[in-house]
Amino acid sequence: MSPEPAPASAADRPPAVWARGLTRTFDAFTAVDAISFEVARGEVFGFLGANGAGKTTAIQMLTGLLAPTAGEARTAGFDVAAEPEAVKRRIGYMSQRFALYDDLTVRENIRFFGGIYGLSDRAIAERTAALLDRLGAAHLARERVGRLPLGWKQKLAFAVALLHEPEVVFLDEPTGGVDPVTRRRFWEGIYAAADAGTTVFVTTHYMDEAESCDRVSVMVDGRIAALGTPAELHARFAAATMDEVFVHLARPAAAPR
Amino acid sequence: MSAAAIRADGLVKRYGATDAVAGVSLDVAPGELFGVIGPDGAGKTTLFRMLVTVVAPDAGTATVDGLDVVADHREIRRRVGYMPGRFSLYPDLSVRENLAFFASVFGTTVDAGAALIAPIYAPLAPFAGRRAGALSGGMKQKLALSCALVHRPRVLVLDEPTTGVDPVSRVEFWDLLAHLRADGLTTIVSTPYMDEAARCDRVALMQGGRLLGPPAPPADVAASLRAPLVRVRADGPRAALLAWLRAVPGVARAEVFGAAVHVTGPPDAEPEVFAATLRHALAGSSGVEVAPVAPGVEDAFMHLMGDADVA
Repeated sequence: MSPEPAPASAADRPPAVWARGLTRTFDAFTAVDAISFEVARGEVFGFLGANGAGKTTAIQMLTGLLAPTAGEARTAGFDVAAEPEAVKRRIGYMSQRFALYDDLTVRENIRFFGGIYGLSDRAIAERTAALLDRLGAAHLARERVGRLPLGWKQKLAFAVALLHEPEVVFLDEPTGGVDPVTRRRFWEGIYAAADAGTTVFVTTHYMDEAESCDRVSVMVDGRIAALGTPAELHARFAAATMDEVFVHLARPAAAPR
Repeated sequence: MSAAAIRADGLVKRYGATDAVAGVSLDVAPGELFGVIGPDGAGKTTLFRMLVTVVAPDAGTATVDGLDVVADHREIRRRVGYMPGRFSLYPDLSVRENLAFFASVFGTTVDAGAALIAPIYAPLAPFAGRRAGALSGGMKQKLALSCALVHRPRVLVLDEPTTGVDPVSRVEFWDLLAHLRADGLTTIVSTPYMDEAARCDRVALMQGGRLLGPPAPPADVAASLRAPLVRVRADGPRAALLAWLRAVPGVARAEVFGAAVHVTGPPDAEPEVFAATLRHALAGSSGVEVAPVAPGVEDAFMHLMGDADVA
């Protein structure tokens, strides 16, 4: 099912995410232990792992928020340690906990984040109109985000994360607690973004969502214990589902740290 | 007095213009493991708060262990173990101190409840001196359950204990609930994860403050989807496949399920005939797999909720 990465750009552009020996320690604790992997442009990449496996620390490094202790990584072609500001300008970010400001209207949120991403007033105005039109949300522009149904909030948050046309968008458990229909509409937005060439780097605790990624990695105790297409991982671990793959890999690590 | 461990009859709770719970009726039998399944905002937390007497209903009645949630609220609090979705532990207290605190609130001791919590507490015992705030997610959850059980309640009320918890910790938590069920404890538990329905004796699906049908065993809930369901796979971009399938005459719904798409047909169609229709429609594609499939709870949930509440 996985669409081929665009061959024209693959030849002359670096991978969307590239990590070699990427490591982060906190005192004696190694949160991320020399991980190496690549994510191709336009790929939907599922970044899985148990609670405490090191996913959040890895994402903080890949988004330029946290300096690596050792190793190196490039996101959208820029070194996350040496050029973190260049990285931040070329990525989008959305999580379940942090998306939009409830006390601002839809339009105010778009304007605020447009400013954060360094867009000009004119670009913000044009993209706001285009975004509202594309989502059929023009009638919601003056609504406070806190008053909107969860499904709308998420659609808008995702659209805002894509407002500055980032090369890579990081989604940290974007669908937790959401009803099954809204969850699927959100993923249809992910497919559309990937089809348009945006790289999607996503974490989830829903293993059916993992099945629909182009490739997934499973982190265990700070390391990448497995990486491949869902079909490859099924075959490698003689499992019928990603749920079984995950439990097989992560269960020995279920002890507290 | 009621024979049911929990009985709700027309429960309503309003917040401003919103009916958080809009007339919910259900019975939970003694010893039953009962699931309330629905997304954020469905009203699960408000329903549970009424059952544990921290919020009074605006209309309707409910009993827990035979006692009325309004008139007998003090006695109910002694008999119920409640694990709220958030903030149920003191992060600055150690594992052992949290347990001792919750025991003392109920006028008992950790030793008195030790037998009941032993299988849950065992993996935590080596970390008895660690601050609760420094535990991993799965360990916090086991400590919270231990604290809810330390006074030996007759009814356990668990509000989204597995939300945000990884799949391994979720499986382990449900194993613990199965163990408590075998001991005869009555448990009502809420979750947004449809696949956890299978671990319950009966489930109620909840959305928009209402139950989407009478509580029933999970297999019966799944079977309530009275329309042919066909699983489809095909090579190529998923967005295009979905759009194509949704345009096929007779297709009521097409939804991604993992690497495949579940396609619901017209209610009166034979599954094999409907599958043949889809096979024909996809004749030009490569890697096509089409086969009728038995619906699950998530298929039934989407069917029952319709598109009315979807943004």
